Amino acid sequence: MRRIDKDQRARIRLTLNGRALSAEAEPRMLLSDFLRHSLGATGTHVGCEHGVCGCCTVLIDGTAVRSCLTLAVQAEGRDVRTVESLAAADGTLNPLQRAFQNHHALQCGFCTPGILMSFTDYLARNPRPSEADIRDVLSGHLCRCTGYAGIVSALLEAAGYRQSSESGSKS
Amino acid sequence: MSFVGTPVRRKEDPALLSGRGRYADDLPTPAGTLHAQIIRSPHPHAEIVHIDAVAALAKDGVWTVITGEDIRKMSDPFLVVLKAPVHQWSLAVGRVRYVGEPVALVVAESRYLAEDAAELVNIEYRPLEAVVDPQAACAATAPLLHTEAKTNEISVRKFSYGDTKSAFERADARVALTVEFPRLSFTPMECYVVVAQYNAADDGYDVLANFQGPFSTHPVMARALRVPGPRLRLRIPPDSGGSFGIKLSVFPYIVLMALAARIAGRPVKWVEDRAEHLVAASSGPNRITGIEAAVTKDGRILGLRLDQLEDYGAFLRAPMPGPLYRMHGAITGAYDIANVDAVNRVVLTNKMPASLIRGFGGPQLYMALERLVQCIAVELGLDHLDVIRRNLVPAAKMPYRAAAGSLYDSGDYPRAVATAIGHGRLDDLKRRRDVARAAGRKYGIGFAAVVEPAMSNMGYLSTLLTADVREKAGPKNGAISMVTVNIDPLGAVSVTADSTMQGQGHETVLAQIVADQLGLQPDDINVVLEMDTAKDQWSIAAGTYSCRFTPGTAVAAHIAASRMADKLKDIGAKQLNVLPGDVELVAGKIRSRSNPDNAAPFGRVAGTSHWSPVMLPEGMAPALSETAQWAPELEPPSSDDRINTSLTYGFVFDMCGIEIDMLTYQVRVDRYVSMHDAGRILNPMIAEGQMRGAFAQGIAAALYEEYAYNDEGAFLTGTFADYLVPTVSEIPPVEMLHQETPSPLTPLGAKGLAEGNCMSVPACIANAIADALGVKDVQVPATPRRIHALMEGSGR
Ligand code: FES
Ligand code: FES
Repeated sequence: MRRIDKDQRARIRLTLNGRALSAEAEPRMLLSDFLRHSLGATGTHVGCEHGVCGCCTVLIDGTAVRSCLTLAVQAEGRDVRTVESLAAADGTLNPLQRAFQNHHALQCGFCTPGILMSFTDYLARNPRPSEADIRDVLSGHLCRCTGYAGIVSALLEAAGYRQSSESGSKS
Repeated sequence: MSFVGTPVRRKEDPALLSGRGRYADDLPTPAGTLHAQIIRSPHPHAEIVHIDAVAALAKDGVWTVITGEDIRKMSDPFLVVLKAPVHQWSLAVGRVRYVGEPVALVVAESRYLAEDAAELVNIEYRPLEAVVDPQAACAATAPLLHTEAKTNEISVRKFSYGDTKSAFERADARVALTVEFPRLSFTPMECYVVVAQYNAADDGYDVLANFQGPFSTHPVMARALRVPGPRLRLRIPPDSGGSFGIKLSVFPYIVLMALAARIAGRPVKWVEDRAEHLVAASSGPNRITGIEAAVTKDGRILGLRLDQLEDYGAFLRAPMPGPLYRMHGAITGAYDIANVDAVNRVVLTNKMPASLIRGFGGPQLYMALERLVQCIAVELGLDHLDVIRRNLVPAAKMPYRAAAGSLYDSGDYPRAVATAIGHGRLDDLKRRRDVARAAGRKYGIGFAAVVEPAMSNMGYLSTLLTADVREKAGPKNGAISMVTVNIDPLGAVSVTADSTMQGQGHETVLAQIVADQLGLQPDDINVVLEMDTAKDQWSIAAGTYSCRFTPGTAVAAHIAASRMADKLKDIGAKQLNVLPGDVELVAGKIRSRSNPDNAAPFGRVAGTSHWSPVMLPEGMAPALSETAQWAPELEPPSSDDRINTSLTYGFVFDMCGIEIDMLTYQVRVDRYVSMHDAGRILNPMIAEGQMRGAFAQGIAAALYEEYAYNDEGAFLTGTFADYLVPTVSEIPPVEMLHQETPSPLTPLGAKGLAEGNCMSVPACIANAIADALGVKDVQVPATPRRIHALMEGSGR
């Protein structure tokens, strides 16, 4: 395992959304800060920096983690995915993102990237969860705007319970 | 076909869903930007004896450490409406008055470095006795927060409307109650962000901040910085991560970082962290209301008396004490009550300064009024709902002038109530209650009826001053909204507006309104809502607060777009060789109504003013840009203190059934129904989202959230583990019902709708708890600990 002195800046290499990237960081730098400020991936948000709100959730090797509770050095050599990776290159939203738009599952959108990343992981592992399961996972995230109803509807659509409605619908 | 009134999907969403939002902390900063860390007071009340920054300044990468003394020399205290000697600067000067108050600022090359250096700054304090309880703070012996003011109770105003004295004399009974409303905030997920620059060439400041308005605070900031308004250039980013009133209170930090940039000679950036946000950003004011009704034996309310003591914390900040006055004209709520006396008192204590928060005075007022109505029913042995219905403003009296001055523009409250309880809804609630009670469980039914004001009369706060002081100061009244519709050389349409956005979907709704007028699709309309005070139009009323968008900015958009449409029709008439009255804008075309084949593409006609102004009809100003200023009539306070506090008034009626878990003492909402009349709905999907968001915040206030202090003034809720923001598991289902009584006062007929449930839900749930337990004093948030105490106390 690589050893890094606590006061020494080190170059950290990882794969971000399929691209190999690197930047210098102190060992104490949070992964959330590293992604946002060193690598310029500002889609990941920071809402509490103490592991409660879920805004900062990203995937490391496919598993959802809170990047505010992870040091940048811990992501060394790993495959990191953030919300910027979800839509197609031409901007077409994926089914989960579309479901969020269909069900008005976001207002300010600040909590949204974290929820999308949590459920990208969760739905990949559990393609057919129950509503109770969905609510259980969602309870790891705070949203101040929506009251959650639209988010639950969107997640039900993404899990295949509802016909996708492209017209814009009420939940 | 019209887009207004339909659930058009949001234009905002694709970017926000793909991580391409442009929030304040995402935007590029100028080269050489430094980062700030604020050192905050650990004491609720203390003198600052000495600040030693030598060790911090010796650290590599640290540029400066700024103290209150530096700030005092360079800036003036913030203006407040109330002329009391309560001076606040952007850093504490001489004394700290609440835990979390900014005391010093470290500016360094990175945030990590600034935080390290902050730990090396040594601040010596001499602690003083603190006062936390608002009633104790009013006592003559209480420690003074601002010695020059000689009292903590810095404003007392008495109001009298009608003949309350004789109403009480002829009443069959009196019912009285004291109600406390706690401190809380709706903690947006994005905290404050400020990036400030000082430009020596023009002695001006250029600041980016996720400020929400009202822009009446811009002159407050400029005055503090000792510059004329144009030299405080404030930019607001395109996206903001929620606000709910809270992002007004970034303004002292805007001033602080502007001064820091000047001192450091470099741009300075500050991003608030969650710990700072919880301890010091902003809170709604806590209020203690003594309320008493004079009633007939069948529950008709003849007169009301209120004593409202509102606690603003350590300082009064503009535009405080707004919550105490914003509802003033509507102090009688949804009821037809001719006589009311009120005493409004403002007190300062050793807590963080209170300010704007969604609901803005409504939750405090309705907790008192709606609890009172329930108590009237209990004490007179009447049905709660009957007492509500007996007192509601009758539909035939609309438009209705309330005793304290509000003009309720439209509505049919009794019909809304009838609809809400209909379809077996109330019967179902009663059945659930009866079943639960028969099994020995604690179940209660609650109701609340509230009037929801929207778009504040900018003069409402001057009701705080006496009539002769107002006379001298000159009238303050009205509220302006501004929107500009632009056409580019190829006929593309863009819109700018005087609202800031934090997720309310304004971009989409403005696009719907403009698209309707111009015969285009919402996707064709480019709405740009980031703001730059140096270049965009704004008035003191600008910003997003007190539900001003629907009755204000949306109307200005409608007017600007319809004027643009009229011009384009005139231009089109000339090009199509038809009369202007025969031209219509439909489906991206400008065409003859009588002969639709005689048509030209919208873009070609719309671009005419750019390419060939000579082709314009005689005397027409080019159709490049139309700015509408919507300034509906709103009178200043009258000499007898009557004030129409807002332009439109919606109605919300809630009913719910709750059950108390006998093991955990938790309140479980069993069924909740909320009926709204917000006039015409512009986008039902977005409207529903706003209402559900407000509902969740109402639940939060009723059952979970409170900023708590101990008696010594220590702050007890400094993390999200102590300050309980509801997750999806805590938000019960709600059935939303709608009735549409358009406002006659605006061309769109739409009223505000995003605050009503913040006002109604805490009162409705408190009423249900009172019903379940047969108690009178219900304190929100009704936590298990409080419910347990209530049940012990009442021996149940
Ligand atoms: S920012 Fe990481 S959980 Fe809140
Ligand atoms: S959409 Fe604003 S916090 Fe969730």
